[in-house]
Amino acid sequence: MADAKVIPFDDDRSRAGAPRWGRRRPGTGGGRRSGEKGAPTAAGEPGTAPGGAGARDAAVSPLPGRPADDAVPGAEQQDVKRGAGGGQGSAGGGVERDWERRIAGGLAFLRRRITGEYEVDEFGYDEDLTDQVLMSLLRPLYEKYFRVEVKGIENIPAEGGALVVANHSGTLPLDGLMMQVAVHDNHPVGRHLRLLAADLVFMLPVVNELARKAGHTLACAEDAERLLQRGEVVGVMPEGFKGIGKPFSDRYKLQRFGRGGFVSTALRAGAPIVPCSIVGAEEIYPMLGNAKTLARVLGIPYFPITPTFPWLGPLGMVPLPTKWTIQFGEPIPTDGFPPEAAEDPMLMFNLTDQVREQIQHTLYKLLVQRRSVFF
Amino acid sequence: MGKVVLVTGVARQLGGRFVRRIQRDPEVDRVIGVDAVPPAHQLGDADFVRADIRQPAIGRVLAEYGVDTVVHMDVTGTPLGAGGRTAVKETNVIGTMQLLGACQKSPTVSRLVVKSSTSVYGSAPRDPAVFMETTPPKSLPSGGFAKDACEVEGYVRGFARRRPDVAVCVLRFANILGPSADSPLAEYLSLPVLPTVFGYDPRLQFVHEDDVIEVLRIAAHEPRRSTLNSGTFNVAGDGVLTLSQCSRRLGRPTVPVLLPAVTWVGQALRTVGVTDFSPEQIRLLTHGRVVSTAQMRETLGYEPKYTTAEAFEDFARSRGPGLLPPGALAGAVDRIAAWALPLPGGGGDAKTTHSAG
Repeated sequence: MADAKVIPFDDDRSRAGAPRWGRRRPGTGGGRRSGEKGAPTAAGEPGTAPGGAGARDAAVSPLPGRPADDAVPGAEQQDVKRGAGGGQGSAGGGVERDWERRIAGGLAFLRRRITGEYEVDEFGYDEDLTDQVLMSLLRPLYEKYFRVEVKGIENIPAEGGALVVANHSGTLPLDGLMMQVAVHDNHPVGRHLRLLAADLVFMLPVVNELARKAGHTLACAEDAERLLQRGEVVGVMPEGFKGIGKPFSDRYKLQRFGRGGFVSTALRAGAPIVPCSIVGAEEIYPMLGNAKTLARVLGIPYFPITPTFPWLGPLGMVPLPTKWTIQFGEPIPTDGFPPEAAEDPMLMFNLTDQVREQIQHTLYKLLVQRRSVFF
Repeated sequence: MGKVVLVTGVARQLGGRFVRRIQRDPEVDRVIGVDAVPPAHQLGDADFVRADIRQPAIGRVLAEYGVDTVVHMDVTGTPLGAGGRTAVKETNVIGTMQLLGACQKSPTVSRLVVKSSTSVYGSAPRDPAVFMETTPPKSLPSGGFAKDACEVEGYVRGFARRRPDVAVCVLRFANILGPSADSPLAEYLSLPVLPTVFGYDPRLQFVHEDDVIEVLRIAAHEPRRSTLNSGTFNVAGDGVLTLSQCSRRLGRPTVPVLLPAVTWVGQALRTVGVTDFSPEQIRLLTHGRVVSTAQMRETLGYEPKYTTAEAFEDFARSRGPGLLPPGALAGAVDRIAAWALPLPGGGGDAKTTHSAG
C-alpha cells in the first residue's frame, strides 16, 4: 500500500518489544502459563540485554511523526520487567522448580479435564480450557506471526461491563480472536473479552463447540445485554459479514454499522463503549473476487477469491504475515442518558456515527503511522 | 374447609411422590390421584381413581369430589408400559383438552398447575444462549414431546383466557434427574457408551426430583407473602453442564457420530428399544438449552436445593460407575504425578495439549 510514510530508525524493535513485555503481568494465570513466562528470565541473564536495548530505544524515541505515548508505556514496561526478572533471579536454581511447577500444573489440568471437575458458565464459557489451551494455541499466531501491537489497553475499564466495538476484516474472523488474545494477555487485571459471533459460527460443527468454550456467544441483543449486566467486557464487530467479506479495494473503509443495535444494548446496560481499531487484518487474505454462486450453493455469505486461495488449495488458506496494530480508543460513556434514550432512534444513529467515525479516524491515523504492511 | 387436590399421572414415580408429599400438608384435606393404569407404588391415604383423562369421565370425578386444585402431571415424553408414541401423544394432547374442558365446566376449580417442559423453546443455533419465559422460540419443535408440550401450553393459555378466575401456573421444568427419574434423557445417560453429535458440545441444565416436588407444592398452594404463583416459570438448577462434562463425570465414554448419521443411529437404537431418540432429543443433544430462572426466584420465591451439578451427581450415584470411572482416572493421573514430579523435565506440555478436547 502507498500509506508507508515515516520511517523512524530502530523503531521496529521497541514496537515489537512493547507487547511482548506487556504480557508480563505478575501473579496471574495458571501454573503452566506463569511457568512459561518465567522460563526465559530464569534461564539466564540475556533477559536484561534486550531490555537494555528496548530502554535505549524508548529513550531516543519521541521522533517527529510518532506519538509520544507510544514510547512511554514501553519504557515503563521495561522497568516492570526488570523488577520481575530480578525477583526470579534471586530465587536461584529456578529452572528445576519451574519445570516441576509446569508438570504439576499440566497434570492438575489433565486431572480436572478427565474427571469433568471444571466449571462452564451459562454461555458455555470454559475459562480453564481457554486460559490453559485455547489462548496458548493462538498466542504463537498473535506474537510471532502477526506481531500484534496493542495500544490503549487501559481504556478497557478494570471492572464492570464494557462494550468493545471494533472494525471487522480479513475474510476469516482472525481479528476477533487476536483482539481476544490482546485483551487477555495485556489487560492489567486480566479481563476476558466475550465476543459476539455470527449465527454461522454456531451452525458449524467443531467451530461452534470451540467458540462457546472460548466464551463467544450469538450476536443478539439478549445475549449481549445479559453479558453486560453480568459486568463482562463484550466485544462486537457491528459491520458483520459486510465488513469481513468486503473486497480488497475497500480496505479500511468502514461499512454500515448494522442497525446500531449495539448502542441501544450498551445504553440499556449503562456500559461504556470502547471503540477499537484493528490495522493489519485487512491484508491477511486480499479478497480480489467473490464467487457468489458458489457461496449460495455452499450456504455461506461469500466465497473469497484471493491471489492464492482456490488456486493453491489448502496452502492458499495460509494468511499473509502482516504486522498488526490494535488500538483501543477513549471510552464513550453511556450512563448519562435517561432510561428511555435507548428507544430514541435519532440518538442511536448519532451515537453509532460517533463510534464509527472515531474508529475510522483512528484507522487512518494508524495507517499513516504504519511503515509497511509487513513490518 | 381444606383443599381437595386432584393429581393426574400418579402411576409414574414423580406423580406418586408428589401425591405422598402433598397429603402431609395441613391445608390439604383430600388428594385424588388419577391415572389410566393402577400405580405400582403406594399412594398413602390418597384416593386413587382409575380414569383415563382422554375420556369425558374426568369431569364427573371433578364434580364428585368437589376438586378445587388440579395438578396436571400427565404430560410426559415416555410411554408407561405398553403403547408407543401415539398413545403418549393422545394422553398429552387429548388428555389435556379433556381435563381443561372439565375444569372449565367445574364451578369449584380455582387453581390449575401444569407440568410442562423447557423443550417448548426448541433448540437451534440461532437462539439466544439463555431463554427467558418471554423468549419466542426461533424454530418451533417439529414433533415429539416438545410439540406436545407446546400444544398443551397453547390449550392452557386458552383456558386461562376463558376462566380468568382460575389461577393458572405453568411450570417449565428442565431435564428432570434424580435416583428414580425415567425421562428420555435419563435413559440416554444410562447407556454404557454415549453416542454424541460430532463437533457439538451442548449445554444442559438439570433439575432434581426433590426440587420438582417442592415447586409443584408451592404452585398448588396459596401464594406466600410477596410472591405470586400464577404465570409461567422456568424451573432449573443453578449452573450448566456440558455433555462432555456429564460423560466424564459419569465415567461413560462417548462415541461422536457425524450429524447426518445421527438419525440412523437414533433409529437403530429406537428399534432395538434401547431409548427414545426422537429428532427433538437429538436437537437438544446438538445445540443444548439453558433457561433463565430469575422469575422462579423473584416471583415464585423458590430457591432450588440442588444445583445442576448436584442434581447430576445424585443421578450419577444412583446409576453406578461407568466404564471409565472418574475416580480411577484421577487416581491414574495422581500416580503419574507421583512418578513424574521428582524428575525434572518430561512431557507436561504434551499432555496438556492432548487433553484439549
